[in-house]
Amino acid sequence: MKILVSFKSVPDPNDVAVAGGAVSTPKSVINSFDEIAIEEALRIRERGEATEIVGATIGAPAVDEQIRAALAMGVDRAVRIDDSRALDPYAVSRILGAMVKKEAPHVVIMGKQAVDDDSNQVGQMLAGLLGWPQATFVSKIEFLDNKTRARCTRETDAGLEVVEVNLPAIITTDLRLNEPRYVSLPGLIKARRKPIEVLTCDQLGVTVRPLTTVLSIARPPKRAAGTRVESVEELITKLKQEAKVL
Amino acid sequence: MAESLILIEHDRQQVKRPSLHAITLAQQLGGEYALLVLGHGMDGIAASLVSYGASAVVVADDPALAEPLADRYATVIAEAARKRGTKTILGTSSTFSKDVLPRAAALLDAPMITDVVAIEETDGSISYRRPINAGSMFAMVKVEGDRRVLTVRATAFEPPAANAAPCPISHFDFDAASLPNGMQFISREERKSDRPDLTEARVVVSGGRPLKDKETFERLVGGLADALGGAIGATRAAVDAGMAPNDYQIGQTGKIVAPELYIALGISGAIQHLAGIKDSRIIVAINKDPDAPIFQMATYALVGDLYQIVPQLIESIRRA
Ligand SMILES: Cc1cc2nc3c(=O)[nH]c(=O)nc-3n(C[C@H](O)[C@H](O)[C@H](O)COP(=O)(O)OP(=O)(O)OC[C@H]3O[C@@H](n4cnc5c(N)ncnc54)[C@H](O)[C@@H]3O)c2cc1C
Ligand SMILES: Nc1ncnc2c1ncn2[C@@H]1O[C@H](COP(=O)(O)O)[C@@H](O)[C@H]1O
Repeated sequence: MKILVSFKSVPDPNDVAVAGGAVSTPKSVINSFDEIAIEEALRIRERGEATEIVGATIGAPAVDEQIRAALAMGVDRAVRIDDSRALDPYAVSRILGAMVKKEAPHVVIMGKQAVDDDSNQVGQMLAGLLGWPQATFVSKIEFLDNKTRARCTRETDAGLEVVEVNLPAIITTDLRLNEPRYVSLPGLIKARRKPIEVLTCDQLGVTVRPLTTVLSIARPPKRAAGTRVESVEELITKLKQEAKVL
Repeated sequence: MAESLILIEHDRQQVKRPSLHAITLAQQLGGEYALLVLGHGMDGIAASLVSYGASAVVVADDPALAEPLADRYATVIAEAARKRGTKTILGTSSTFSKDVLPRAAALLDAPMITDVVAIEETDGSISYRRPINAGSMFAMVKVEGDRRVLTVRATAFEPPAANAAPCPISHFDFDAASLPNGMQFISREERKSDRPDLTEARVVVSGGRPLKDKETFERLVGGLADALGGAIGATRAAVDAGMAPNDYQIGQTGKIVAPELYIALGISGAIQHLAGIKDSRIIVAINKDPDAPIFQMATYALVGDLYQIVPQLIESIRRA
């Protein structure tokens, strides 16, 4: 079985700032949910159910650093689709769709959401464009029937749900699917020797243009600083008399 | 102006009330709107929707739609939008609409905007405001092309009034045999709770990592929630540790709440958690670390050990 994982390079969530109406990015990392996707693919390969893991990311040359990190985790090959435009999820899913057609994986595993744009769209759009089944927000994956189907547990607003999808399918990851491994030093050294393939949208035969544009970015107004209370009695009095919620 | 189409969510028995908040955005956008319901045995649910000022309640009712499988639902939604000439498709942010609407958008070759919290009109063109980076920033977004899909944050829009003259209910005919067949529903965890729904509750009490285990969590977080008639929430750390089920998680990747009163017990205040509670009217934080980040957002901060404070709180509220 061949697995395609997509991953996005995002500003480190512990270290983002807004400067001059744009998000400034002192440091980039692999999107947390995509790290979980990579980890899951590695585990599937380690238990003998997959033979190849291909990583794909769309971005400018600067994202090569995150590609190295993915290779160091254990991805077999990685492709960067060279595009430095501010793409929207629909454009991303069109490009990934072309990648999927080229690589013909049995399953695509990817993050449910990018923690910078918080869109939670690409996996579902990709599934729609390909006409493949989808299992979103997944916290458990099992392959069935000689890997022709996958049984997935999904995290929904009403609790856990189990669905089965025929392969090929798109699976998007939720937080509790696994705990990604740390990159080891030997892994990093080995990763330096692995090639990074670079493709353009032209080479993939796909023409896209983002249809949504971010006009401006701003910090939300800060909540007014609160009051320190010293005791349970004082808290209850404030909640009753000042806040009037009790 | 073309009619908008609003996807309504239900649990097979009744409409999920937050899903009605998308109607309020449709009203702000102007023009007519229809409500779309998919499922099986939908007569009661359709009848409950006729007074929201829609031009019609459109029902796709078929055994093939008994469970909300994304491949089938998205196909029917896209077909309905095409047949009705819909330009704007709306839903309220939830795992249901996040699952089916992006797929429907792709089938329509339309862009989508997730989690709209407000709109602005300048020179006749509309831009949409939405939180990004775990709600630490807001982006104003503009869309090109004439078809678009939007989801709205329920907490940012009032519920619509249900006082209009009843509108007609129309059945949407589609060919069920030609629907995709690659996904099968297997099971859903059924949990009954007497507590109010997290996203609709007036009071929410949440617990974090120091609540240790399920029993302790239930005794302290559950106990305080019950004393206040509130709902229970949790941090990712508490859910990961098995203290609470996944659907209690509040935050960037969990539920968004905006109650009158939010009480955080043993919660540090990571941005991913704060993303889900920012719009609460009053925030109370109880934490033994005086420097916990949650205190920067709390209306009332009480420094101390929750194991001592929470039993006292429950006791005083019950006495009052
Ligand atoms: C991609 C991603 C998405 C995420 N999404 C979410 C999300 O949606 N929701 C979410 O909640 N988290 C989310 N997280 C996790 C988040 O970053 C934090 O790790 C998490 O919120 C911490 O939970 P906590 O406050 O319970 O635990 P901790 O951070 O460990 O804090 C525990 C707090 O309890 C206090 N404490 C300890 N003992 C006591 C005591 N006896 N009495 C009083 N106080 C005490 C401590 O001082 C501390 O402040 C996400 C993380 C990532 C990477
Ligand atoms: N530029 C990109 N390159 C590769 N994958 C991406 C990119 N943008 C988004 N994705 C994938 O789409 C998922 C969902 O992103 P989003 O819909 O933007 O929240 C991410 O977890 C990634 O796996």
